[in-house]
Amino acid sequence: MNAMTEGYMTADGRKIGGVLMELKNITLRFGGVVAIKDISFDIRDGEIRAIIGPNGAGKSSMLNVISGFYTPTEGSVWFKGYQRGPMRPYQVAQLGIARTFQNIALFDGMSVLDNIMTGRLTLMKSGLLSQALWWGGAAKEEDEHREKVEKIIDFLEIQNIRKTPVGRLPYGLKKRVELARALAAEPKMLLLDEPMAGMNVEEKEDMCRFILDLNDEFGTTIVLIEHDMGVVMDLSDRVVVMDYGKKIGDGPPDEVRNNQDVIDAYLGVSHD
Amino acid sequence: MAEAGMADTSAHSIPALLARNVARFGGYPAYREKEFGIWQSWTWAQASEEIHAMAMGFLSLGIERGDHVAIIGRNRPAHYWAMVAAQMCGAVPVPLYQDAVAEEMAYVLDHCGARFVVCGDQEQVDKVVEVEDRIHHIKHVMYTDKRGMRKYDHSRMNALEDVVAEGRAGHYRYQEELEKRTAELTYDSTCVMLYTSGTTGKPKGVVLSNRNIIETAKNSVAFDKLTHNEEVLAYLPMAWVGDFIFSIGQAMWAGFTVNCPESPSTMMTDLREIGPTYFFAPPRVFEGQLTQVMIRMEDGGRFKKWLFDHYMALARKIGPSVLDGKPVSGLERLRYLFGDLFIYGPLKNTLGFSRIRVGYTAGEAIGPEIFDFYRSMGINLKQLYGQTEASVFITQQPDGEVRSDTVGVPSPGVEVRIGENGEVYYRSPGTFVEYYNNPDSTASTKDAEGWVATGDAGFFEEGSGHLRIIDRAKDVGKMADGRLFAPKYVENKLKFYPSILEAVVFGAGRDRCTAFINIDLTAVGNWAERNNIAYASYQELAGHPKVYEMIRGHIDEVNASVAQDPMLSGCQIHRFLILHKELDADDGEMTRTRKVRRNVVAEKFADLLEALYDGRTSVYTETEVTYEDGRKGAIKATLTLADATVVPTEHRMAAE
Repeated sequence: MNAMTEGYMTADGRKIGGVLMELKNITLRFGGVVAIKDISFDIRDGEIRAIIGPNGAGKSSMLNVISGFYTPTEGSVWFKGYQRGPMRPYQVAQLGIARTFQNIALFDGMSVLDNIMTGRLTLMKSGLLSQALWWGGAAKEEDEHREKVEKIIDFLEIQNIRKTPVGRLPYGLKKRVELARALAAEPKMLLLDEPMAGMNVEEKEDMCRFILDLNDEFGTTIVLIEHDMGVVMDLSDRVVVMDYGKKIGDGPPDEVRNNQDVIDAYLGVSHD
Repeated sequence: MAEAGMADTSAHSIPALLARNVARFGGYPAYREKEFGIWQSWTWAQASEEIHAMAMGFLSLGIERGDHVAIIGRNRPAHYWAMVAAQMCGAVPVPLYQDAVAEEMAYVLDHCGARFVVCGDQEQVDKVVEVEDRIHHIKHVMYTDKRGMRKYDHSRMNALEDVVAEGRAGHYRYQEELEKRTAELTYDSTCVMLYTSGTTGKPKGVVLSNRNIIETAKNSVAFDKLTHNEEVLAYLPMAWVGDFIFSIGQAMWAGFTVNCPESPSTMMTDLREIGPTYFFAPPRVFEGQLTQVMIRMEDGGRFKKWLFDHYMALARKIGPSVLDGKPVSGLERLRYLFGDLFIYGPLKNTLGFSRIRVGYTAGEAIGPEIFDFYRSMGINLKQLYGQTEASVFITQQPDGEVRSDTVGVPSPGVEVRIGENGEVYYRSPGTFVEYYNNPDSTASTKDAEGWVATGDAGFFEEGSGHLRIIDRAKDVGKMADGRLFAPKYVENKLKFYPSILEAVVFGAGRDRCTAFINIDLTAVGNWAERNNIAYASYQELAGHPKVYEMIRGHIDEVNASVAQDPMLSGCQIHRFLILHKELDADDGEMTRTRKVRRNVVAEKFADLLEALYDGRTSVYTETEVTYEDGRKGAIKATLTLADATVVPTEHRMAAE
């Protein structure tokens, strides 16, 4: 186990750190339904970790366990070396974990800027009263947060829709705004639930670039669920493959691609 | 400070003008850029400090006199500074089109022998890296935006800001050398090298001297009485001569402020926030804005629509006279005032034109309706005619003598004459020095006395003395029976319809004319929505029978109008088709400045052209397309070929 904490180098020369999160023997049951069956794997600091599998394999449940939304029935989750108990959502955010959703969950009537600002809520210090009265440190604090948000807007190239209400945006852009909001929380670990679903080729390429760039620029650890195999194989450093709630493969994309169980369950044939 | 227009013998280079501006306007804003949602600004003094530091940074990298420094990126103060910094070091800035694919870039980088390249971002760096193994003279690459650049091999690469910091740190080491080099610049040193877009063949490097740029700037600033208080928005490609003249030449001469948008997609918002007083745009920008306004008015309430129509009708009637200061009755003037209060004022504000004193359009013919729309609201929009080889200005319209069908009178200091074949020639202080490493082309374009052939056919209108341009001289041809063929003339008439984005007319050496049409997806898409026409793609909409019907209507009208002119009545369109793809610069069908390459189109779609002449009613075709990232794909389509109504003109022919 000790050797494993040292990290490794990726093919393109990025240095991956020690274990950031470890999931040990996770089982998750809803009544009689077993969604996840005795799964263990780890997520390392700075890596892009993908979870793949056919529909109903338990991927989203797994992501919810990672995010702390579900507490596993059996097994334990270790984050930064500490075992994690049941948590409230704001506690998750304070730990430095942010996520996007499979179905977009933004405030439609609010502008892009305001939506992203909500991502910084847990980082704001001034109280409700001083914010409402725009008094004391509140104004100054908002300026600082706005500056951070503007950097994210610049990073994701959405300057032109800064003031547009989210409800008026096309799907691909909403996805990008959701990513921006997650980034605004300055997460250590970012969970992306199907970031490319429903996008065209160009939007997918943009999204891939943003994911790679933010991993590179900010060193954010990324855990993503994705169906587009091309995207997964290109992006991720290591892949966990799930089928019927069980882990059937775990390793670098090339290794997973050639794993017979995985091919049988999911990929069909190896494609290049 | 009105002496900006006076002769100033010491200001014989851009760096010298910069020094002069620091002395005169030190505390006034010279550059602004919107970044992180806020307009950041630099005064002349601050900009000068940045430019000096950058120049010294260049020296630290070993830049030599006469080196070419390529600049590839969007309009940003840092990129303008890089050009001036290069000049200070005795090097020559070469701005390139940032949307060029690696292949095109390779040609230009190779041709000018660039040793230093300043890239805007990772995308441009990638292109340079891609061609670097073929072109071995690139010594150092710099980039403005650090994003995504961490993993690159930095042995011959740096962030521009680090180079600036290096220059600042080495201040004492480089100051003397820099001053020496800047002092060596004369009126005849090269100011900039710009590559022509190349409607035909490979791009040519146009060498422009300080004299060319500064004399032109001086004359044109005086012509329109520009001062250091003007605000311009720099959003047109930096590789284009117009941007160089406006954002460097005139800005340096008059000392006005250059504003850079946050990103290309925010240009319209930024335009509105800045409210430029001096503005240049190609016709398509004005067309696009007008289309937007009209579409949004269609969605407005009945009362608003009525108010808009009522006052626009009034504006069309008396607006131009008000603008030109011609007599208008008191009552009508009052009504116009109300119009300004309710409609024109707010509309101008929405468009970002509230403060415009002088606006120019050029590059293509502008539709009379579009031109009049802006002028009638009190926007002083004018036309000019120019080209890279002339440092832009050949002719321009003086205030009060503005019409949509002329390009004005010769600019100050420019002589214009019409050749025997109708081609326009000019001679001016702005006339280029040479084509770089291409004495043959230089000799065939510029004669010993300095007259330059424009390649355009035109004539001076009797009475007004204004120049009118008909077409590219080489495109004006003869049809099989000897009638005059001027495709551009017909294409422009077609393009004035909002639903037609591009038109390409064929007929040289043939018995009748035919046309390829590109529809405007915004305008036609909106029309389709209104008429309950469902479509999934450009291709599907383009092939819809109702769209064909509408386009046929437009062509019939154009035919009727063309038939009025006995000289050009042969150019009526007999048959046409709507292309299944938009003509695109990435596929080589247009230049980067969006001018159609007629021959390329004719060759590429030879099968379609063939079908237009052999009487078929539909044709199957496959077309190769290039995606933005350089990959290729194919579009398959079955196109309809349609007939248009032609006005018989035999008797007119006989009368000739």
